[in-house]
Formats: sequence, structure tokens, C-alpha cells
Amino acid sequence: MGKRTAIVGTGQTKCSSARKDVNGQELINEAVRRALEDADLTLSDIDAIVIGNMDHFEGINYVDTWSVDGSGAYLKPIIKVTTGGTTGTTVAFAGYYHVASGLFDKVLTVAWEKNSESDTTGAIVTAIEPILERPTFGGAINAMALQASMYMAKYGATEEDAARVAVRDRKHALNNPYAHLHLNITVEDVMKSPMISYPIKYLDMCPRTDGACALIFASEDTAEKICPKPVWVLGLANRHNYTLFGDQPLVPMITMVEAAQALYAKIGITEPLKQFDVMELYMPSSYSGVQWIEELQLCPYGGGPELIASGVTDMGGECPINPSGGVLSTNAIGATGSQRVAECTLQIMGKAEQRQVPGAKMALASGFGGCFWSDLMALGARKPG
Amino acid sequence: MDKVGIVGVGQTKYERRKVGETYPDMIYEVTVKALDNAGLTIKDIDNVITVSNDFWDGRTISSMAVQDACGCRHKDISTVEGDGLFGAFYGAMRVLSGSFSTTLVVVHNKCSQSKMNLITNAMFDPIYTRALGLDAITSAALQARAYMETFGVTEKQCAKVSVKNHGQAKNNPYAQLPLDIEVDDVMKSRVLCPPIKLLDASPITDGAAAVIWADEKAAQKAKAAPVWLKGAGHMTDAYHLGDRDLARSPALVGAAKKAYALAGVSDPLKEIDVAEVSDVFSYMELMWYEGLGFCSEGGGGQMIDQGLTGMNGVLPVNPSGGCLSANAVMVAGLARLIEAVLQVRGEAGDRQVPNCKNALAHGINGPCGQSHCVMIVGR
Repeated sequence: MGKRTAIVGTGQTKCSSARKDVNGQELINEAVRRALEDADLTLSDIDAIVIGNMDHFEGINYVDTWSVDGSGAYLKPIIKVTTGGTTGTTVAFAGYYHVASGLFDKVLTVAWEKNSESDTTGAIVTAIEPILERPTFGGAINAMALQASMYMAKYGATEEDAARVAVRDRKHALNNPYAHLHLNITVEDVMKSPMISYPIKYLDMCPRTDGACALIFASEDTAEKICPKPVWVLGLANRHNYTLFGDQPLVPMITMVEAAQALYAKIGITEPLKQFDVMELYMPSSYSGVQWIEELQLCPYGGGPELIASGVTDMGGECPINPSGGVLSTNAIGATGSQRVAECTLQIMGKAEQRQVPGAKMALASGFGGCFWSDLMALGARKPG
Repeated sequence: MDKVGIVGVGQTKYERRKVGETYPDMIYEVTVKALDNAGLTIKDIDNVITVSNDFWDGRTISSMAVQDACGCRHKDISTVEGDGLFGAFYGAMRVLSGSFSTTLVVVHNKCSQSKMNLITNAMFDPIYTRALGLDAITSAALQARAYMETFGVTEKQCAKVSVKNHGQAKNNPYAQLPLDIEVDDVMKSRVLCPPIKLLDASPITDGAAAVIWADEKAAQKAKAAPVWLKGAGHMTDAYHLGDRDLARSPALVGAAKKAYALAGVSDPLKEIDVAEVSDVFSYMELMWYEGLGFCSEGGGGQMIDQGLTGMNGVLPVNPSGGCLSANAVMVAGLARLIEAVLQVRGEAGDRQVPNCKNALAHGINGPCGQSHCVMIVGR
């Protein structure tokens, strides 16, 4: 059977709207060096590499072979995985499966995006089925807006309910030096910001970011030797059920419902709000921050606004969500899912500094992308049995 | 390594232009074929790997086109972007991790809808080398020259690979280009970029393929006896062509070394019964003989001269006809693996290599075979 697998190092770059000081390979290398330093390893310790991004954002084909000077893959095994917005979690999943397979002991994963070199929306438009759906669902924002409207209609949630998430995540980001946006804003600021696609306003939406995130996975044979507090992968699950947006039940978002059920059953989660100490969730708009916590069983359907308003998910609450500032503060698309995993790792390692959740031992990271696809990875301080 | 084996395979016919079929149409066809071949239903599959490339498909998140066609609903799924053999390897890892008992791996490509030179030009560095107009063919021509100059391999020796593989394709009903040709035909064919001529190059192909991996327990349920993964390895060389010795393939040497170590192979020429290698251009097959340790460095030309890799040779290479006879780019490596499986099963029809116990499949990624994956399967 498979090897138990832990994360022993993380490396994140400085994130901004345009990292003009580095090219793509240098951006990758910044994350790789930091992860190796964090784990106190050198490149020669790494047995295999996994890389991921979304090709059309940088216009580079075969990124695995292109990346060598930055990723350090020279004469090493490397593969590329990519699944749209879920790429960052897909990369982390692949790092886990590489090690768990027993074929590689220490695996470096690199997830990155340099959105400043692209027309982000122009690229995303091409993801959508060209004949049936492209005219309706062009770009990333429109489908999010549709889901938000459906949610509001079904449960009577308001724009203010969502704005609270925008305020929370931006406030949390003030404590994260890696975050792209450091915004001290109020619900009123969100409400007054320009409308992009009803009901999503400018401050309800994530930015587009340049950034990279590297992780180092190691097997149970070496993890504890490398790292005083390795962070164990407790379980993972994903669902990418759909190809067409029109086929997808959006409220509730069925992929996340299914992924959560599968993950929770696997690792014995019955009360996620109590059992997880912290969550880093890929929520590209403030509305997803209200709705998707319901799919994750943190509250009953329709209970999202109340849970957010109660402060349970703020820093100091029972289960803080997005201490890093989340995707609303940083969204280097291909890297975003890996950043969630990295932030959960930092929390459990006790390395999250100003944004540390005291005593965090179990964390949940999520990824979102494609046609409303969902990825979930649970991490913990205790080695799985 | 725990046991993981292939219990089902499926391929479309490889064709120059599939006008009537979309990406999901092709993926559905090979998914159903692989399930039927294994005697399983989609309910027996508990995770899926799709393989596709956004540039070749002209779509961001190219995997999004095929999620329903591969039957991934309610299952874990991921996507490898690269040659299909790398995707197959990741699919096997997911079974070996103990998380899944079966993995369906699917790959598609419609090269007829793509502009090869622009798409492969995008492999090169946007500042330094892209503007030179390098693409898969022009970069391969540089490598062919470097290889021929370094080791004295001739154009005629490369042409013999084309004659052999197109001839072998006549026995493969899935192949696109079975051809009765002679060395002279290759030599006289139109020059694409010297020394590469039309018949030294693989064709433009549409197609899809699928395999199903199963662990020991799940394999018992399948109707076909599993063909086990004995060993696998992958490795990449440097990126910039100028940083590489294009006449040699250290990354293939490294990938093969790892695969052979796992499979317990010490003398590949003797212990491997058939090899399916990535002959995207005729010279590549000769180079890969060397990288795979079938002969010493520079010995590829002599190997083809002596007929060692023909159907009656000591180690038949590309009985399927290889990439020269059908090359739906992303699909290529998985097509190699499927042929290896059919050979081990004894189901390769008129192209069957007798007593095939161990078969090798090989795939490449990036310019001039920068990254290699080698897999050994057998009983």
C-alpha cells in the first residue's frame, strides 16, 4: 500500500499585479529556492518535480521542459499537470501521489502564473465550449455572477452578506507579507465599488496576480528527519464532473458537495467546523465565500450569511477562514491552489507569524476552477494511522 | 513496487482528418473500447487521468472538453499535459499510492485542426529563440545534423527506419500510413528542412487512445490477464538547445536506467522482446536505440543496417509502424504503450513478435526529445 506522505517545506514568492523584476523562470526559481531553504534541502535531494500553470496566460507551450532553468529539473523527472483554476491543488495532489506511490521519496511541486503577461479573460474565454456556451459564459466572472444571483434568489442573501467576506479576507491579508492586495476596507467600500457583473462588484472579486508557490513532499521514511513538524496529508478528493456550465447544478455546487462527502468519509470528519482549526479556501468572489462553506458542511444550506456575520470564520473565531487573505487578496491562478496548501502547512507548522491561528493542528485547503470543479486536501500535525 | 497492470486498451483508427468527430467523440469511443476490452464498466473505474494540451487544442483548460466523455462524474480526476506515456505513468502512480484500485487514462489530439509550426514554435523561449522560427521540424533538423556529424550516421541509414516502420504499419489496422517504400523513395521525397525529408517525418494525425490500470485485486475482475508494469522512469535534459549535446540523450539514458533497475533488466537487447519508441523523425529511432542501451553510443546506424530491429531481428522496434505511421502528438506515447500491451498479450495479429514477455514503451516531450519516459510491461 501507499506511503504516508507529508509536506516538509513551502516557498512562496512576493506577489503583485506585475512582477516586472523577474521573468517566468526566475519567478519559479524564487519559490523553489525558498521551499528548499525552508526544508533545509538542496536540489540534489529532490527525486522528481511536478509543475503546473495555465499555458495561455504566458503563451509558453510544454512548460515542464521550458521550466528547467527555474525549476531545477535538469536530469530529473518532471511532469506537467494542469486543470485550469484547480491547477494549484492538482499540482499538490500530484506531488502527494508521486510520493505515496513509493516511487519517489522527495518531490518538489511548483505552481505558478504570470498573469501580467497575458490577457487573462481572453484566455479563459477559450476554455468554454465554442459553439454552445462561449457566447454566454465568456470569461471567469460571468459564471460566478450567475451562481451568486441564483444563490441570492434561493436564500434571500444580500450583497452586504457577500461584502462581509470581502472585508474579512482583505483584513486578514494585512498580516500576510506574501499577499498581493493589502486593503483596509469596509462593507460600504465594497458596496460602492463599481459593478462588474451583477451582483459582483470590483471589491467582491479576486485580483489577477503574478506569483509562484513551491511545496516539498516527503514520504514517511524521511519526513520526520527533514522536518521537526512535518505536515501530513490526511486525505484528498476532487470532482470535475462537468464539461458544460449549463449542465451544472450551481446551488448547491455539487462538485464541492461530493468532494467534501468523499473526503470527510475517508478521514472521519463529522463536524468540520469543530474538527478543522483553520481553512484556506479558493473562493474567487466574496459570494463563493458565503455559499461554499455550506457545501463544506460548516453550516446548513442558506446559513452562510449568518455564519459569516457571527465572526466564527474571522481570526480569533472557532475556525478562521483564509488567514492569508485568500484568493480575494492574491490570485496567481495556477499557483492559487498550492498557496492554499502552503498556508495550511504554515499554520500547522506554527510558522504563520502575524496570521498564526494558535494551536492549529488540522487544516483544510480547497481548489476551484474549470467548469465549477472542486478539489479538497486535508492536512494535519498527526501522522495518519 | 506493488503490482499494477493494464487490463484494458482502446484506440481510434489514426487518420489524417477526422471531420466527423470532436474531441469528446473520440474520447468516448476509446473509453468505451477500453472498458469493453477489460470487461469492466465505468462503475469499476475509480479515478481518471486525461491527457491533452491547450496549444494543440486551441482551448484553455483543454481537459474541460472531455470530462463527461471519459465518464469521470463522481470520480477523482486529474490532467497531465504532455505525451500520453507520462499521463499513463501518473495514472499508475495513483494506483500504487493505494488510494485507487483502477485508473482510466485517456488522451486525444486532432493535429488536423492545429498549426504545427506555430504550436511547436511556442515551445521555444519567447525572447531568445522563438523569433528564429524554430519549431518541431527545424529543431529536429539541427539535432539530426548534430547526430549524423558526431557519429557518421547517414541519411540513408535514417531512411531505412522509415522504410521499416511504414512497412510494419501494413500489419497494423489502426495505422494511418502503411507504405511500401524503399530507401530511394525516402531520399527523393520532398525536403522539409535538411536533412529531414517528408518520409523522414511523422504525419499529421487525428486520434485518441485509452488504457485502464488496475491493482492486483481489481485486475481479477477484468476478463483479460493483466500486463504488469515492471518498471518506469522519466527524466528531462536542459531546455536551451545550445545547452544540450543534441547528438546524445542523457535524459533517456537516465530514464531507461531507472526503468531497467525497477524491472531487473541488465541487458535490454536480450531481455526486452519488443520496443515501441518515439520515432517522430526517422533519425530519432536510431538515437533512442543508443539512449535505451540497445547498442553503444553511435551504433544506431549499424543496428538498422544489420536489421537487428526489424520484425525478424533480435529486438523488433515499432511493429505498430511507430509515430512515422501515425502521430496524433499527445497520443503517441500511449499508442506505444498499447502496442506493447498487445504484444505481451499475444494479440498483435500479423505483427505479433513471438514469445513476447517483456515490452518497452517510450515517449518524449519538448523539443528534440528533451524529456523522456520509458516503461517496461510484461507478464
